[in-house]
Amino acid sequence: MASKKKSDPSGDATLHRELLHSMILQRRFEEKVAEAYALGKIGGFCHLYIGQEAVGTGVMSELRHDDYVITTYRDHGQALARGMSARSVMAELFGRIDGCSRGKGGSMHLFDRSVGFLGGHGIVGGHVPIATGVAFAIKYRGGDQCIVCFMGEAAVNNGAFHESLNMAGLWKLPVVYVIENNRYGMGTAMNRASSIAEMYKRGETYSIHSEEVDGQDVFAVREAMSAAVARARKNYEPTLLEIKTYRFMGHSMSDAVSGTYRSKAELEEYMKRDPINLLKAKMTADGTMRENLVAEIEQEIAATVQDSWDYADASPEPPIEALYEDVLVETTSDTTQEG
Amino acid sequence: MPIITYRDALNQALREEMHKDDRVFLMGEEVGVYNGAYKVSKGLLEEFGEMRVVDTPITELGFAGVGVGAAMVGLRPVVEFMTWNFALLAIDQVVNAAAKMLYMSGGQFPMPMVFRGPNGAALQLSAQHSQAWESWLAHIPGLKVVTPGTPYDAKGLLKSAIRDDNPVIVLEGEMLYNTKGEVPEEEYLIPLGKAELKREGSDCSIITSGKMVLVAMQAADTLAKEGIKIDVVDLRTIRPMDVEAITTSVKKTNRAVVLEEGWEICGIGAQVVDYIQRDCFDHLDAPVIRVHQADVPMPYAKMLERAAKPDLAKTIAAVKKVMYLEA
Amino acid sequence: MATKVSMEALSPTMEEGRLVKWLKNEGDAVKSGDVLAEVETDKAVMELVARGEGVLRKRLVNEGDAVPVGTLVGVIGSASEDITALLGGSAASSAAVSAPSVAPAVAPAAGTAAAAKTAAAPAAAPAAAPATTGGRTVASPLARRLASDAGVDLQRIAGSGPGGRVVKRDIEAAMTSQPTQSSANSTPARTGSDFTDIPLTQIRKTIARRLAESIGPIPTFYLTVEIDLSRAAEMRAAVAELGDEFKVSFNDIILKATATALSQHPEVNAHWLGDSIRQFNRVHLGMAVATDDGLIVPVIFDADQKRLSEISAESRSLAKRARERKLTPAEYTGSTCSVSNLGMMQIDQFTAIINPPECGILAIGAIEDKVVAEADGGFTVRKKVKITMSCDHRAIDGAVGARFLQTLRRMIENPLMLVY
Repeated sequence: MASKKKSDPSGDATLHRELLHSMILQRRFEEKVAEAYALGKIGGFCHLYIGQEAVGTGVMSELRHDDYVITTYRDHGQALARGMSARSVMAELFGRIDGCSRGKGGSMHLFDRSVGFLGGHGIVGGHVPIATGVAFAIKYRGGDQCIVCFMGEAAVNNGAFHESLNMAGLWKLPVVYVIENNRYGMGTAMNRASSIAEMYKRGETYSIHSEEVDGQDVFAVREAMSAAVARARKNYEPTLLEIKTYRFMGHSMSDAVSGTYRSKAELEEYMKRDPINLLKAKMTADGTMRENLVAEIEQEIAATVQDSWDYADASPEPPIEALYEDVLVETTSDTTQEG
Repeated sequence: MPIITYRDALNQALREEMHKDDRVFLMGEEVGVYNGAYKVSKGLLEEFGEMRVVDTPITELGFAGVGVGAAMVGLRPVVEFMTWNFALLAIDQVVNAAAKMLYMSGGQFPMPMVFRGPNGAALQLSAQHSQAWESWLAHIPGLKVVTPGTPYDAKGLLKSAIRDDNPVIVLEGEMLYNTKGEVPEEEYLIPLGKAELKREGSDCSIITSGKMVLVAMQAADTLAKEGIKIDVVDLRTIRPMDVEAITTSVKKTNRAVVLEEGWEICGIGAQVVDYIQRDCFDHLDAPVIRVHQADVPMPYAKMLERAAKPDLAKTIAAVKKVMYLEA
Repeated sequence: MATKVSMEALSPTMEEGRLVKWLKNEGDAVKSGDVLAEVETDKAVMELVARGEGVLRKRLVNEGDAVPVGTLVGVIGSASEDITALLGGSAASSAAVSAPSVAPAVAPAAGTAAAAKTAAAPAAAPAAAPATTGGRTVASPLARRLASDAGVDLQRIAGSGPGGRVVKRDIEAAMTSQPTQSSANSTPARTGSDFTDIPLTQIRKTIARRLAESIGPIPTFYLTVEIDLSRAAEMRAAVAELGDEFKVSFNDIILKATATALSQHPEVNAHWLGDSIRQFNRVHLGMAVATDDGLIVPVIFDADQKRLSEISAESRSLAKRARERKLTPAEYTGSTCSVSNLGMMQIDQFTAIINPPECGILAIGAIEDKVVAEADGGFTVRKKVKITMSCDHRAIDGAVGARFLQTLRRMIENPLMLVY
């Protein structure tokens, strides 16, 4: 999504339409993924983003094309919000050669060098030091980009997180750590895993600017991100955002939506603050909603999502020769010089 | 030709490569102000500044990941572990990130980086500080693993490792830093994946690498006095392994002793023996014998430590056994 | 300790065997290795031997009955011991004996394996020579190879290695102390691989697919040559004058010539493996033999390396043993190319069916006297034979087959070449 600077965000009909489009695309795409998973088109672990779309959309809307994003295995929505095509993501989920990772990564490992999407990563917390290293490289080169590192609230108790924040605070690195606090690390409630309730306070101990954000309100996310990105670009300063959200689905496709660890009543309570509905209401209040807009967007997205399915289904499986490809690269001079 | 230490050879390699390519930087514990725990990075901070010679907190997992991230976007980090024993804290970054990034991204993200540091036992450092990690690391597709045994090899291999576009593990011998050898003044590289026949003989092959090369050479000297001629194959790179060098030697001598610093079970020697049985079956006149560390954590007491380590006497005994000269 | 006698897999493809004849009666003393019965497999009549010692206590299968491999067919034990447990727990009544295919079938395969192990024990028990375990010579792989290359009999060498292992130095010592023995029948040692696998080129793959679509699984074409046997006849006559032991048949000459020609045309001496063509560097010539039960193709191994007299003797012996159904599986598997001869049945010319994965087969017709025009305008009578080669077009193109037949013709029409 193009980043549009605005004096009054709530007054910009074009921006609002783009935000709404981005969030509905994520929602409908993930619903299609669930269908494909049920039909056996998609295998393995598959974690859906439904309920958290305002985080992905809000964060990405503040980034430039030359910035970087790194995330966890719950990466489909963020990949779309970052501008990766529905086709390349769906084809990857189908394990096909036209997937963004050539069918080698699958749901948990979406990569796209062309938009600085440095991957979905499967080890909780494992990618947080990597984000820190990307930030180090930005500063090393004297650039003014930043990197956003998404993680769940459960990663915050992990050593890799603390080691990273310490270095980012110590060395002043242009990184925005985004904790998507959806309250559950798989089936373990936050208060059963963390000694403190406010995750953002973890950042303060490393002298990192830290704050709590309402993750169902895309404008709140944008506002916090805007400030964080500015800190990174201007002063190489890291930020920690604890963005509070909720997942409306199970941890992965193989997990129950609710059950022993959270009640149906709680789920229904949170679903009242569906980020897409909140945005629609805001647009109606601001006068940026017009008649038929939602229907138009829904129609367009339905076609996009169906097209991604058809494209993925038609894409061949990787040839057997691909098995031994990409283990090592042939070393040639300057193949890795960042363009 | 100048004679310098293994430590200085590594220092020269780092200095030359950092001059050649400003994407190359060194990070790790005590590499800067302290000039390196083993003084491998001596003088580099002064020469290149603190952005390129980075002292890190004691956070192996964290700074190994910083190296991975920097490599992902095109820098060429050299990550120093004060010893490989500490690298276990960082193994997720080595195995799950560096080794797999290229593959799981479908070829989009090469990882041009080096993880290096001292490996293996020194003297009386006991269990946690006396371990050889070759087989652990060589097990992982996506990594290259080199084990220089001489100053000449140390410099040439480290330079090649830094220039390689893949993650390369450099296992330096903690006991080798003070050893000396000829290192030419003019620039040279040693290709990764190429063994070297360190000595030629016809009676028995000793296949080895790293610190054990010295032991193998001593064994060859000793046995030569008894008229036994040893072919010493220094693998130099453990992964990818130079299988042809191994089989060429064994087909010539019909007997092999595999000498390694680490433990026996699933060790490097097991892999070498597999190549031998696969490719040299009809050439073997005796079962291959392995010499390795005793299957125990390294003890502290001098006598016990000596008993646990692979050494000259054990190597000579093994050679005589495969030659049917001793039971 | 009683030993089970089970129906053994006596051929590579055997799933059941028919017990043709018991050669021991209940109560007969039996030594390990004694033949207990004759068993008809899917290919031949084979011998079922005892794997334990004592007395044949029970015969559980009637003559003429067929039972699956692994079925208990008898029990060997000491005269006095109780063998009811071995008889499947049920009372070893005459009912069990008369209904062998029911009771023994219950015995699982594992039981058979156990029985085989048990049976092996007594054989190993007697003190063997130091260099053997269970009759097997212990030698290093290198020593085995050196011995084989030098034609040295490993069994006659005392090993100096651990446990009497024969090692390199023992072979070297043996070679310096005695000249290399060369047995009259041994084939010369060879170096290098037995075969070369040629990966299929795209064009070869396309040819294979297209031609197979055209006519059945093996796209066969046929090449016929008429070969003059005048000189072969002269040679037969000349050597026959030297004595009966030198007599050879036309068929022997054709087999020898075929083997020699095949050794010069590995592209014909080949197997079609689907994704590659295996060209053999050794010639194992199959010769079709008609038996009362049908066709079987015993093999003359390394036929190109054998002298005419050896081929003559071996082909005769194989044919005889085939008709008696005495061939072992090893004798009728492994051919690289085959020959079929219906000449003795007055067939002028015919086409033979390729025996996959081989790529070719030669069909030999009857030898006939034919009137032939001479260069000077006159006529003469000459012996002629028609040979038709069936070729698998996936592997062999027309010109390739034709070149092979040119060589074959030159060999047969100039039989002196066979001694080169």
